[in-house]
Order: sequence, then structure tokens, then C-alpha cells
Amino acid sequence: MGRVMTETTVSTLTPPRAARRGWAGQAGRSALPVLTVLAAIVVAWYLAAVWMNAPWVRDQAARAGETVTTGQLLRATMAQERPVLPAPHQVAAALWEGVTGQSVTSKRSLVRHGWITLSATLAGFALGSAAGILLAVGIVHSRVMDLSIMPWAVASQTIPILAIAPMVIVVLASVGVTGLLPKALISAWLSFFPVLVGMVKGLRAPDPMQFDLMRSWNANGGQVLRFLRFPSSLPWLFASLKVAIAAALVGTIVGELPAGATQGLGARLLSGSYYGQTIQIWSALFAAAILAAGLVWLIGAVARLTLRRMGLAR
Amino acid sequence: MMNRPEPALHLSQAPAAPVIEARGVSLTFPTADGPVHALKDVNLSIGQGEFVSFIGPSGCGKTTFLRTIAALERPTAGTLTVNGMTPDQARRARAYGYVFQAPGLYPWRTIAGNISLPLEIMGFDKADREARIARVLELVELGQFGSRYPWQLSGGMQQRASIARALAFDADILLMDEPFGALDEIVRDRLNEALLALWARTGRTIGFVTHSIPEAVYLSTRIVVMSPRPGRITDVIESPLPRERPLEIRDSKIFAELSHRVREGLRAGHGAGDD
Ligand SMILES: Nc1ncnc2c1ncn2[C@@H]1O[C@H](COP(=O)(O)OP(=O)(O)OP(=O)(O)O)[C@@H](O)[C@H]1O
Ligand SMILES: [Mg+2]
Repeated sequence: MGRVMTETTVSTLTPPRAARRGWAGQAGRSALPVLTVLAAIVVAWYLAAVWMNAPWVRDQAARAGETVTTGQLLRATMAQERPVLPAPHQVAAALWEGVTGQSVTSKRSLVRHGWITLSATLAGFALGSAAGILLAVGIVHSRVMDLSIMPWAVASQTIPILAIAPMVIVVLASVGVTGLLPKALISAWLSFFPVLVGMVKGLRAPDPMQFDLMRSWNANGGQVLRFLRFPSSLPWLFASLKVAIAAALVGTIVGELPAGATQGLGARLLSGSYYGQTIQIWSALFAAAILAAGLVWLIGAVARLTLRRMGLAR
Repeated sequence: MMNRPEPALHLSQAPAAPVIEARGVSLTFPTADGPVHALKDVNLSIGQGEFVSFIGPSGCGKTTFLRTIAALERPTAGTLTVNGMTPDQARRARAYGYVFQAPGLYPWRTIAGNISLPLEIMGFDKADREARIARVLELVELGQFGSRYPWQLSGGMQQRASIARALAFDADILLMDEPFGALDEIVRDRLNEALLALWARTGRTIGFVTHSIPEAVYLSTRIVVMSPRPGRITDVIESPLPRERPLEIRDSKIFAELSHRVREGLRAGHGAGDD
């Protein structure tokens, strides 16, 4: 009995302290496995590049009636202009060149295209998150909304976004709405759902005793929301925002794919594939991935700071 | 062996107008394993300024009865009035300060912030809030800990903070569910004294659940003994102790006699539950 009680006391006391101590050390500990995996991926990628680009080199050589040594073959597979699979250093060089090699106003600048994608992503993310939070508040307060909205929200996510994105773009363009807004709408479409699901869960997270306390003080619905439901939902909110921002980026890029788009990372992807510019495709892909990682990291940092200040860090 | 009580028929001669009046209150929880009779035909009338303790084995419905008074549960039969109103009307009139069996502090608020919460909800202004927070923190001997977070406090300190939170606004009726269960004897003694002093000063009506016979005898004007399956009142013991109670009163003969009587009542209840 005594032992059990000590253990509960200890376990209720430790997590925040452990979290405080552990954070700095964790970064060092997690770096090694991450780097190992990265190295393995790069090696595998080089091997794949050689294997996939070699037929074209042999073909060219055969046509010219030459023979190639293994050394020549290796070098040639990694220096093609339109390889089947560009080598990592080619993609890295293209990325570097796209970011630093030209003025940010240039049509080939990845900074410019990245910003266009980012701004639509952020707009869609803000829109989608706000919608998700508002709907979640409605759902936890109204049984009717719970029963009526949830099925539609789920249904909305089963529609293939690739199929309706062009329609949204075309329909909006026909009424004169172009540019950021149509893309942001598609992005909001994808990002509201994780926030909705996370917030419904989070707003219902407080335990019954905490609701009973509020009831005994005769707190009204708004006060329960503000003082209890909303603060307890924050860990869920941040977790779902991470998913939502990634979804928002995908939504924006999909919105940039339909014919006619000339700006944004999605447009770079598309034009790259028109002209067989595989290096351009891959560098746009990586730019998008880096953007996504940065955004997710940013939300994670805000979450850590906020939750730690609130004593909710774990 | 003395006057054996007729269970479920205790129209007591309360000294003042009844604040809480339970008549034939029953509460049955429907569960997967069939109905649980948490309360069965409970009759009790508690007067203004009384200190009533509830004692009985685990699962006899003490918490359930307190929750029913506070309108957190609804009786399935019988009537319950509080100040002549339904419990829910009394709740809306903010008649209750409730200390739950577990501290239930909000982890994202400091101790002072936790105590401040009901005050903010009830619309006390800032200066008043601060004065009240300081006063109740002092009362539960947590004066230094207002700016700490709950996880920085021990379980017993958290429990005291939750008591302070219930004392901060002036509820007429204090309902306390094993508030001192997690405390060491010395602090428990001091808080018992502090609670008695507060009760004498403010004249509030207090419903108090405890598993400790000495605590029940020391604090109460009346001790309600309950027994489980179904949860019911088996004995109501009036205390002849004066309202002014120094700690030494616990060494007196009359205290020992009262304790004995409560113990006998509990034994009888335990026996009855084993059918
Ligand atoms: N919400 C509920 N649903 C179903 N059964 C319940 C519920 N709440 C309480 N009970 C049952 O009612 C009975 C009385 O419970 P209660 O919590 O009032 O006991 P208690 O006297 O406070 O016990 P303890 O001293 O252990 O706190 C128990 O058998 C319990 O299992
Ligand atoms: Mg209980």
C-alpha cells in the first residue's frame, strides 16, 4: 500500500522534470540514428542511380560503336543532363543553384517558387485550422452537430483531391478568382480534417472531475471552454497542427499542378516532367520536403515552448 | 445495544431550519452487471451550521450522497431539497464548495491560479481575489507555494490546495470528500483545528466524508454511519461535545465513548453488508 502510494506520487511528479532535463540530451542521442539512416539512403540512392542510368550510357556507347570501362560508366551515370534518376549531388547542386544562383525574382529561383507555395500553404493552413477548431467547438457542444458534421467531414476526405483540385481551379478561374485563393482553399480542404479530429478529442480530454468542479461553480459553457476545455486541448491541437501543415503543403502543390499554373513548386514539378527535366523535378520535390520539415519543426518548437510554460510538457 | 436505530427512518431533530433535507432518497446506477444500489431510502435532515460527518466502508455511497446533494447526480427516487430549493437551483445559486476525493488541480495553472479560477468564474475583482487567495493559502499552510505548479507539490500539498480552492469563495455549504486522507497526522491535526475554527467563525454547514473515527468524532456535531449493498444510513450519532474543541478533548472519556459507539455502528453495518 505504502509502496503503491509512493510510486503514484513519484510518477505524477516526474514527467515534467524528466522532460526538462532530457530535452537537450535527447537531441544528441537522436542525431546518430538519424545520420545512419541518412547515410544508408544516400548510398542506396547512388546505387540506384548507377543501375537505372547505366542502360542509357551503354546505349549511347553502342550507337557510337565505343566500349565503356566501368569507371567511365560510373562517371557517366552521374553526370547526365536528363537522367532517369539524378544522383544526390546533382539534386543538391540544382537545389543550391535554384536558391542562391539567381535573383529571387527570376523564374528559375526556387526561393520565388517556394515563397509562392509557402504563402498559399500558410493561408490554407490558417483557414483550415480555424475551420477545424470552430467545427470541433460546435461538435463538442452540440449533439446535433456531432451527428451531422462528422460523417460529412470524413466523406470530404475520401474524395480524391487530385480529381477535384483542377475543378476548383477551373471553376474559380471562370469567375475571375485566380492566384493564391484557389490553392489556399484546396490546402484548407486537406488541413481542416486533422485539426477537427484532434480538437474534438482534445476538447473532450479533461477528466470528469474537472467538469464536475466547473459545474459546482456554475460556470457557463463559454467559461468551461476558455478555462478548461481549451487549455487541456493544446497538446492535441499542436499534434494535429503538425499533420495539418504538411497536408496544407500537399494541398497547395496539388493546386499548382493543373495546366496553366506557372508559379510555385507544384508548377516546377509539372514543367520539369513536361520537358523530362528530372533534376528540376527532384530539386522541386526536395524544396517542398525541406519546406514541410521546416514548418513541422516550427510548430513543434512553438508547441514545446507553450506546453512547457503551461506545465503540460511530457 | 443502546438505542438501536431504526434504519432509514431518521427524522432527526435538527437544531435549526434544515439546509439539506433528504427524504427517501435512492440512487441506482445501471451498469453492465445489473443495477448498483448506491443509495437506498436515505432520510437525513441537516440544519444550518451543522458539521455532519459520513463514515462507512468503501463503496457504501458516501461520495454518491455528497454528489447528489451537489446536483452532480440525480436521485432515482425520493426528494432532496437544499435551502428549500432543488439541488440544481442551489448549485446555480453557488451554494456549494466541493472538495473532491482527488485534488483535481489544473496542471497549467499555478496553485494561486487554481484557487483564483472559481473566483474569476464568479466575477470577483482582482484585488478581492488576491486577498482571498493569500488568506486561504495561509489557512492550509501553503503560504509560500502560491506561485508553484501542482506537479511541483506533493500529493498532500495538492490536496490542501484543493481545499483552499473550495474555501476561497463563501459557499454556504461545504462538501468535503475525504479531504485529509492524504495528509500526515500532524498536519491533519492542525487542519482539523483550522477547519473547526473556520466553521465556528463562518457558521457554514459542512458535510464531511472520512474513514477516520477520531476525525469524525472530533469534528462533527453529528456522525452518519453508512453501510453498503445497498448504500444506506444505519446510524446517526449526535455528538454531545461542545462546539469549542481543543485537541486535548480527544483524550476525554466522552470522546472515547463516542468513538466506541461509532465503531459499533460500523461493525454492525459491515455485518449487514455480508449477506
Ligand atoms: N458512476 C457510477 N456508475 C456505476 N456505479 C457507480 C458509479 N459511482 C459509484 N458507483 C457505485 O456506487 C457505490 C457507491 O460508491 P461511492 O463512490 O459513493 O462509495 P464511497 O462510499 O464514496 O466509497 P469510498 O470510501 O471508497 O470512496 C459503489 O458500489 C460504486 O461502485
Ligand atoms: Mg468516496
